[in-house]
Amino acid sequence: MSELTRLTAAELAAKIQAKEVSAVEVAQAHLDRIADVDPAVHAFLHVSAESALAQARAVDEDVAAGNQPASPLAGVPLALKDVVTMQGAPTTCGSKMLEGWHPPYDATITTKMLEAGIVILGKTNMDEFAMGSSTENSAYGPTRNPWDLDRIPGGSGGGSSAALAAFEAPLAIGTDTGGSIRQPGAVTGTVGVKPTYGGVSRYGLVAFSSSLDQAGPCARTVMDAALLHEVIGGHDPLDATSIDEPVPAVVQAVREGSIGDLRGLKIGVVKEFSGDGYEPGVMVSFNEAVERLRSLGAEIVEVSCPHFKYALSAYYLIAPSECSSNLARFDAMRYGIRVGDNGERSAEEVMSLTRDAGFGPEVKRRIMIGTYALSSGYYDAYYGSAQKVRTLIKRDFEAAYEKADVLVSPTTPTTAFPLGERTDNPMAMYLADLCTIPASLAGHPAMSVPSRLSGVDGLPVGLQIMAPALQETRMYRVAAAYEVARNEADGGPLINRVPELEVAR
Amino acid sequence: MTAAAELMDYDEVISKFDPVLGLEVHVELSTATKMFCGCPVTFGGEPNTQVCPTCLGLPGALPVVNANAVASAIRIGLALNCEIAEWCRFARKNYFYPDMPKNFQTSQYDEPIAFNGWLDVELEDGTVVRVDIERAHMEEDTGKSLHVGGATGRIHGAEHSLLDYNRAGVPLIEIVTKPITGTGARAPEVARAYVTALRDLLRALDVSDVRMDQGSLRCDANVSLMAKDASEFGTRTETKNVNSLRSVERAVRFEMTRQAAVLQAGGRIVQETRHFDESTGSTSSGRAKETSEDYRYFPEPDLVPIAPSREWVEELRQTLPEMPSVRRKRIQAEWNLTDLELRDLLNVGAVDLIAATVDAGASPGEARAWWVSQLAQEANSRGVELADLPITPKQVAEVIKMVASGQLTNKLARSAVEGVLAGEGEPAEVVEKRNLKVVSDESALTAAVDEALAAQPDVLEKIRSGKVAAAGAIVGAVMKATKGQADAKRVRELILERANA
Ligand SMILES: [Zn+2]
Repeated sequence: MSELTRLTAAELAAKIQAKEVSAVEVAQAHLDRIADVDPAVHAFLHVSAESALAQARAVDEDVAAGNQPASPLAGVPLALKDVVTMQGAPTTCGSKMLEGWHPPYDATITTKMLEAGIVILGKTNMDEFAMGSSTENSAYGPTRNPWDLDRIPGGSGGGSSAALAAFEAPLAIGTDTGGSIRQPGAVTGTVGVKPTYGGVSRYGLVAFSSSLDQAGPCARTVMDAALLHEVIGGHDPLDATSIDEPVPAVVQAVREGSIGDLRGLKIGVVKEFSGDGYEPGVMVSFNEAVERLRSLGAEIVEVSCPHFKYALSAYYLIAPSECSSNLARFDAMRYGIRVGDNGERSAEEVMSLTRDAGFGPEVKRRIMIGTYALSSGYYDAYYGSAQKVRTLIKRDFEAAYEKADVLVSPTTPTTAFPLGERTDNPMAMYLADLCTIPASLAGHPAMSVPSRLSGVDGLPVGLQIMAPALQETRMYRVAAAYEVARNEADGGPLINRVPELEVAR
Repeated sequence: MTAAAELMDYDEVISKFDPVLGLEVHVELSTATKMFCGCPVTFGGEPNTQVCPTCLGLPGALPVVNANAVASAIRIGLALNCEIAEWCRFARKNYFYPDMPKNFQTSQYDEPIAFNGWLDVELEDGTVVRVDIERAHMEEDTGKSLHVGGATGRIHGAEHSLLDYNRAGVPLIEIVTKPITGTGARAPEVARAYVTALRDLLRALDVSDVRMDQGSLRCDANVSLMAKDASEFGTRTETKNVNSLRSVERAVRFEMTRQAAVLQAGGRIVQETRHFDESTGSTSSGRAKETSEDYRYFPEPDLVPIAPSREWVEELRQTLPEMPSVRRKRIQAEWNLTDLELRDLLNVGAVDLIAATVDAGASPGEARAWWVSQLAQEANSRGVELADLPITPKQVAEVIKMVASGQLTNKLARSAVEGVLAGEGEPAEVVEKRNLKVVSDESALTAAVDEALAAQPDVLEKIRSGKVAAAGAIVGAVMKATKGQADAKRVRELILERANA
């Protein structure tokens, strides 16, 4: 493996600007790495080698001309989750329904990244329409966890997290509705950030649940995530739910946090995130992380959020309700696959046959749950109650943030589980998002940083850090401080311990 | 086809039942862009040329509310004496139909922008009926389907269908009345008068083209009957596809006589959508609404709530124009019209058109003459409303000005108007294309006169002998020779000049 693929995004950008290496060499090194390991990992659904190299060449020309870099990440390669549109490549959302669909427009974040000189390597695998926690719901086969190829890389953004852990890309874009950035980050020993709802434009992100979906940065270090966060964040007039505020100064927050001093900061431990279902290996790691934060000078306080126990239920009414409506547009009329159009059948029949063939079982399950929950006569009991729970959860957070500046918890109750273990048990699968869903429902920022390997199975465990809306700087500061202290104690980043993958050629 | 419906004599209907009306009017706003994207809303573009990812409902695209459409909605609400919501949301109305790109319509459900208003409606004899307005809400239009093949022109039975999404996402305001009761025999007339008054109001607000023939104003008429001794409303039907003011009246009247016959025979009214057929004046059963469709409304999560500040609402109130009813009173005084004259003008829908023509620079007398004579006849023979003729008050004013300046004779002016009505362009273009300019070249005209005189020496003799009236025959010949483009008065002068030269 080329040493270039082991570097962080910040290091790569610096080397490119210093002309120590060209952006084309960096892109090629990652494309080679993808060719080497992706047959085993299957993080990518589509590799855009040609356009990636062209983007890299443009950066090199800029450097040669002595121009100011377009951004601190100019020339750095990135893996884009296949739920975000980019012209020149297909967008499938991991679904058969959109097989071969080439969007005629770029998502706002795609535009921002290309303008920043980021080199987009291709589109990563995901659970179909971002519904799942293991990437096993992809119509194009599962992605494997580079830590153990028989285990899941998390989901829905398992392609993005696996690409980072397999050193196929130093940066990735994920999208998080109930934990689809954070849980994959945790189980692959990488960093995943869900920004404040409205902090990053959703224009061009194929909707699963509009009131929850949020794109965010994925990386192997907290600083790299912060650099990407500042590129993709900010107000977008094309997204009515986008917040008209400056992007939080998260890069500066990481610099401050890296000093390793958290004195004066109160960190809340949510009482409800423990007990049944939490693996001992995960809890040991979590408790150790809390102690490390205390040793950095933070004051640790216990907080109670009594309504969090209803979060999962509320989520599984709100998200399916919205998805039942969002996914109605896939009707074989304008794009995507069309099944059974033999010139005899009516539009209605073709629509029905297409939706039956194009959607996988989990997507159908959620469409049916959502359709039911919104039906007249049931709306108040289901959708209406879920919205009330959402309000109560926001209030729990408000009360908790009276006592603490940030909250911490395990990111997910278990380490990466074996492929196939939960595919027949949706409820067990849903539990993977137990700790991540409350922040999603509140619209708050939250992130997962690698803590340590579980003493039980030797797999990575993540620490979740949550903050109030638009207070990303607090979260990043704590994450950076923790990362420095953890790496010092452990003799290096956790990701260095990922096993070497067998090379395909 | 089903057998023709049994109908009850209208007077008998009125003696036995009280009609209850509910009118839903959809108005397409004439904003520059669509409700949730930047596409233009102009009528008649090539299919699927006024579209973008948002109004095509492409995966990942998002809506953004058109602030001008909200302003129009508020102005309409204010003009209808409604309360304006301090906070309201859009909702998704979920149902599958190929001309709806997202398979849900972004609309307003239980939180309309305007509610609880009224509109005073004047009937032909001057009676004023107050129609209560339940709500006016914002939504987006659907695309258009053209079902090819099949007998009905509907999707069922069609061989294939063509879809045009240019109209998808055009801003619509739906205005819904409260039940209109107590109008008795005049119910059909009230329905028509209401839609007329609403149309005039919307035109005065300058928020819509209000062209029923092009679908920028559409009316659905809900009709039910209650027996004289009943205390509850009867089951209603909703008649769609009512595309002219006259049709509104006919559709209501037809439904009243049809429903009465059904009830009289011991039958019951099916709650359903019915289609109005312009050619027969009858309605036919459409989709049964017995199991009312469940639209699974929920608040649109892609849009933030709309909370118009009271300052903004007051600012918009200041932009309201003189209301049509007030303006008519003023015009009556200014034009010196009797009540009867004014009513006649109102009944042919000419008042606002004449006023607009006057505003564009014509004299009231000339403007009136044009709209109530040639144009009224034209509208009549085309079977459309005066306002729906493809000519604008501004264009009429232009023609009148050309006559006043001597560029056109009255006869040529009629030809110019015909040209505009035939879609040949602006008056100036028509005059150019049809070569209508008055022949004012004296030498050409003199030559024509000389020629005509030479051709009829007997007439020439009569003129010379003082029988001036004989000149008429020569005038006719000259006008014929110049294809009517000469000024007849000048021709007569020339004839006398040349004959006695
Ligand atoms: Zn558009």
